Amino acid sequence: MLDSLIFVLGGTLAAATPLIYAAMGELVVEKSGVLNLSIEGMMATGAATGFVVATMSGSTVAGFAAAAAASMLLSFVFALLALGFLANQVAAGLAVGVLGLGVSVMVGKNYEGTTISPMADVNLGWLSEIPLIGPTLFSQDIMVYAGIFSVILISWMLNRSKLGRIIRAVGESPEAATAIGYPVILVRGLAVLFGGAMAGIGGAHLTLSYTPLWAEGLVAGRGWIVVALVVFGTWRAPRIAAGAYLFGAVSLIELFVQGLGFEIPSQLLSAAPYIITIIVLAVISRNPRVVRLNHPASLGLPYLRTR
Amino acid sequence: MWHLVPRTQSSLRAQILVPIAAIILTLLCGAVMFTLLGKAPGEAFYAFFISPFTTRYGIGEVLLKTGPLLLIAQGLAIGFRARVWNIGAEGQLLMGAIVAGAIAIKFELSDSVWLLPSMIVAGTLAGAGWAAIAAWLRTSFNANEILVTFMLSSVALQLLYYLVTGPLRDPMGMSFPQSVLFGDAALFSPLLEGTRVNTSLWLALAVTVLAWVFVQRSMPGFKLLVSGLAPGAAGYAGFAEGRAVWVGLLIGGAAAGMAGVAEVAGPLGLLQRNISPGYGFAAIIVAFLGGLHPIGIVFAALFMALIYVGGDMAMVSVGIPNASTTLFQGMMLVFYLACYVFVNYRLQRPAGKVAASHGISADA
Repeated sequence: MLDSLIFVLGGTLAAATPLIYAAMGELVVEKSGVLNLSIEGMMATGAATGFVVATMSGSTVAGFAAAAAASMLLSFVFALLALGFLANQVAAGLAVGVLGLGVSVMVGKNYEGTTISPMADVNLGWLSEIPLIGPTLFSQDIMVYAGIFSVILISWMLNRSKLGRIIRAVGESPEAATAIGYPVILVRGLAVLFGGAMAGIGGAHLTLSYTPLWAEGLVAGRGWIVVALVVFGTWRAPRIAAGAYLFGAVSLIELFVQGLGFEIPSQLLSAAPYIITIIVLAVISRNPRVVRLNHPASLGLPYLRTR
Repeated sequence: MWHLVPRTQSSLRAQILVPIAAIILTLLCGAVMFTLLGKAPGEAFYAFFISPFTTRYGIGEVLLKTGPLLLIAQGLAIGFRARVWNIGAEGQLLMGAIVAGAIAIKFELSDSVWLLPSMIVAGTLAGAGWAAIAAWLRTSFNANEILVTFMLSSVALQLLYYLVTGPLRDPMGMSFPQSVLFGDAALFSPLLEGTRVNTSLWLALAVTVLAWVFVQRSMPGFKLLVSGLAPGAAGYAGFAEGRAVWVGLLIGGAAAGMAGVAEVAGPLGLLQRNISPGYGFAAIIVAFLGGLHPIGIVFAALFMALIYVGGDMAMVSVGIPNASTTLFQGMMLVFYLACYVFVNYRLQRPAGKVAASHGISADA
C-alpha cells in the first residue's frame, strides 16, 4: 500500500510535468488574447523532434532545444494565420494541430516504437535520502523542478512585472493597448511563439523522460487537456498547476487500481481523464462570474489595427 | 507598407478562388516534400492523384470514402456557420457505429427488410445523442463545446474498445477484439460491380440535398446563419444562442452517427477496434475547404477522399510515408485559412499611390 502511494506521488509529478509546460505556455498566449488550440499537434511535434534529436546526438539538452524550436516554428505558422491573415482562431488552431500531428509522424517515422534511456534523476544529497518523500519528491529529473519553477516565474511575470501588464492590456483591449502605444500584434506574436516553445518542451518531456519512447499518437489528447486546464485554473498559473497535478494523479489511477486488484475495465480507466475533464469543466464554467472575471476580454477575437 | 482593408461586401470571386489556391499551394509544398524525401515528385503525384482513377476498384474506393466525409462535413458545416464548434464528429460516428452494430449483432439471424433501416435510424439518433451531451453541457453549464466534443470522442473510442473485447465480442472469434459478421439483412447492398461502393452513398447525396435546402432555402437555416454572423442581432432575426447550439450540434451529431452506420453496415460488416481512419476530423477540413457551402463540400469531400486513397497507393507503389496524408490535410486547411483573408479584406498599397491608381481616398 505504502509502496503504491510512493509510486503514485512520484508518478504524479512526472506525469503532470508535460502538462505544466504546455499549460504555462498556453496561459501566456490566452492572456494576450489569442486562443491557440493546436497544443496537441505542437506537443506531438516536440515529442517526436526531441526524441529523434536526443537519440541522434545523445544529448537531452539538444533534444529539448530542438523540440522547442520545432514547435515554435509550428506556432509561427499559427501566428501568421491568426494574427497576419486574421483567420478564425479556432479553425487556425485545428489546422496547425493537424499539421503538427502529420509532422510528428513524418519526423519520427524511422524511430517508431524505439526507446531511449530516460533522463537522469537529480541527486539532491540528503533530501533525496529522506524516507518516503526523498525517492519521490526529491529524485526526479531536472525538468520536473524547472516546470515548478516556470509556474512561479510565469505567475510573477503576469501579475507583477511590466511585461505582464503589457500582455494583459493587449489581451483585455487591443484597441486601448494600441492607443497607449503597445505593439499589439508583436506582443501577441511573441506570446504565441513562447507558447509554442513551451508546448514543444512539454512534448519532449513525454518522450525523453516520462515514457521514454516514441510512438505515433503518444500525446493521446494531452494537448486538449492542457487547453481545458487553462479554463479550470481560471487563467491563474498556480491553479492551473494544481489542476495539472490532479490530472497527473488521475492518469496513474489505472496502474494503482489494478495493483490493488480491483476489477474495473481498463477502458473505463483510460477514459477517466476525459470524463473527469468534462465534469470539472462543467462545474467550473457553471459559475459565469468566475469565468467572466478572469477570462481575457478579447480572447479569440481577431484584431486589425485601423488607422 | 501594404495593409489590409475590409471589403464592404465579401468577394464571391475570392470565395471560389480560395480553395483552388489552397490546393495548388498544398501541391507545391507536396512537391518540395516529396523531393526532400528523395522521391520523384512526378511519380509521387501520379500515384497520389491519377492512379486511383486508372482502375475501377480505385474509383470505387474514392467514392466509398467520399460517402462518410460528405455526410459528416454537411452536418458539421451547418454548425460551423453558426459558430458552433463540434470537433468530436469522430466520437459521434463511433456511437452511431456501436448502436447500429449492437442491433445487427442482436438480430444476427434476422432477414427482415426493416433491420437495416432501424440500424440507420438508431445510429443516427445515437450520434445526435452523443452530441446532445455537449449541447446540454454548453447551454446549461456554459462548458466549452470544443473541449467537450473532443473529450467525448476519446470516451466513445474507449467504449468501443470495451465492447469489442467484452460484451459484443464474437464468442467463436479466438478472442480477437471484433464482433461476429453481420447478416446480409444488416448490410447495404453493393452499388458498382467490382468495387466496395454501396447504396449508403445515396444517403450521403440525399443529406447533401437536404443540407442545401436547409441552408439556402429555409427560415431555420437563415436564422442559424444570423446567430453565427451577428450574435447580437440573433435575438431579433436569428436563434437565441442556446437554440443555435442545440440545432448545430444535433444536426452534426446525427450526420456523423449516420456515417458510422454506413461504415459498419458497409465496407466493414462487423464491429472492430478500427472503424474510422479519422473521418470525423478530416470532415472538419472538408467543411472548411468546401466554403461551408453544401455544393462546395461535395467537391471538397471528393478531393479529400482522393487524398486518402491516393495516400495508400503512394505508400505502396512509391514508398511515400502514410503521414503525408495527414500533412496534406493540415496544409490544405492552413493555406485555405491564409487565402481566405482576401474574401473579406483587400490589400491596399502604400498611401499616396492608392489615390492615384484606384481613386479611393475616402477611407485612407
